[in-house]
Amino acid sequence: MRRISALKIKTAATELARQANFFLRKDVLAGLRKAYSGEKNKRAKNILKAILDNAAIAAKEKLAICQDTGMPCVFVELGQEVRVEGDLKKAINSGIEDGYAKGYFRRSIIKDPLSRGSSGYLPALIHVDIVPGNKLKLTVLPKGFGCENKAQLKMFNPTVKIEDIKKFIIDVVKTAGPDACPPYVVGVGIGGTADYAAFLAKKALLRKISGKGSQLERELLKQINKTGIGPMGLGGANTALAVHIESYPTHIAGLPVSVNISCHALRSASVVL
Amino acid sequence: MKKINTPLDLNKIKSLKAGEELLLSGTIYTVRDQAHKRLAEAIKKGARLPIELKGAVIYYCGPTQRPKGKIIGSCGPTTSLRMDAFTPLLLAKGLRAMIGKGKRGQEVKEAIRKYKSIYFVTYAGCGALLAGYVKKAQTVAYGDLGPEAILKLEVKDFPLIVAVDPKGRSIYGKD
Repeated sequence: MRRISALKIKTAATELARQANFFLRKDVLAGLRKAYSGEKNKRAKNILKAILDNAAIAAKEKLAICQDTGMPCVFVELGQEVRVEGDLKKAINSGIEDGYAKGYFRRSIIKDPLSRGSSGYLPALIHVDIVPGNKLKLTVLPKGFGCENKAQLKMFNPTVKIEDIKKFIIDVVKTAGPDACPPYVVGVGIGGTADYAAFLAKKALLRKISGKGSQLERELLKQINKTGIGPMGLGGANTALAVHIESYPTHIAGLPVSVNISCHALRSASVVL
Repeated sequence: MKKINTPLDLNKIKSLKAGEELLLSGTIYTVRDQAHKRLAEAIKKGARLPIELKGAVIYYCGPTQRPKGKIIGSCGPTTSLRMDAFTPLLLAKGLRAMIGKGKRGQEVKEAIRKYKSIYFVTYAGCGALLAGYVKKAQTVAYGDLGPEAILKLEVKDFPLIVAVDPKGRSIYGKD
């Protein structure tokens, strides 16, 4: 049994919150640079340049990449041979709170979805997965709501044609249009249950943009970019940087498909303790 | 690039067309969801408004907290569509221009045409970049709303694209 102190986890969460909001992921930066160099539409190219400049300014001046520093989503892969000394979730929340306060990030979280009230940093949304081993992997994904608001779930019949699934995914992107800050990364969860498909769609955003991917992912990306929505929805060849699909076994009676869009400021940071 | 200043000259605005790019200098107010709700409630009650809407430019924005030694934190636009339910009422009260991101509904486009107003978009998801165009920032109303308080901003050469012009034409086309 390996012991990891709550304090160590808290400190890591603080640092990850800071990192994710100040420094755009390297794979996202590379994806944006590639989009910029390939874009022929003049206005789209200008916008992509502004997006790249924004990332550089954020890193240099220690300003949040986006004012919407999101709902802090935290993914924990907890090795089953790890013993956390102290309260895991309390440590994560306390670390996120410190990171957000020190970074002067936005208080975007309200305690009650109906009565609203004043806003703060907490709670973080924490997903814990127990995995083999004696390590603890912590990932912080600040998810802005301009794009989270465009997420959708559809429970298809098991006999559905693949074309209908593709159409649904592309329609989610079309419905988002300019509102969710394209160029997007499109996360898709297929299978499991309604809630699990939605979780997978979100988790798909953590995967690095590689320019590779399955045939279905590449085909969807091509079709999404054919819509011509473009950066800021003002036209161009770059509506999405990537489509990431995560799937899971499901029931004979169903086929859940969930789509979670990320804006171009796809932010996350991880550490293994 | 064309430059415009606040207060926005009616004649100058009239000639602007959807798709034109320009730089704005002067005073703008950050107003987003909850502040819209409060302004609309105050208008319906006939109460005094905390800012003068006549001729005003509002920016759909909720900045981060102000970092030490800086004028403002990251401050990009938020989705305009969420304000649509309140917009015709504010336009009727003299609101001159709006800055945000994304499309507007049909009713808002018609109200923009009716009141000879204008809707701009600015670089979305570029809050750190846009902070550089803000020269002064001060909370003027609804401080209890935190990031949704109304701030008065002085901006210099703030980059804009006309998204719905005073004739009601949209850069995003008919839908």
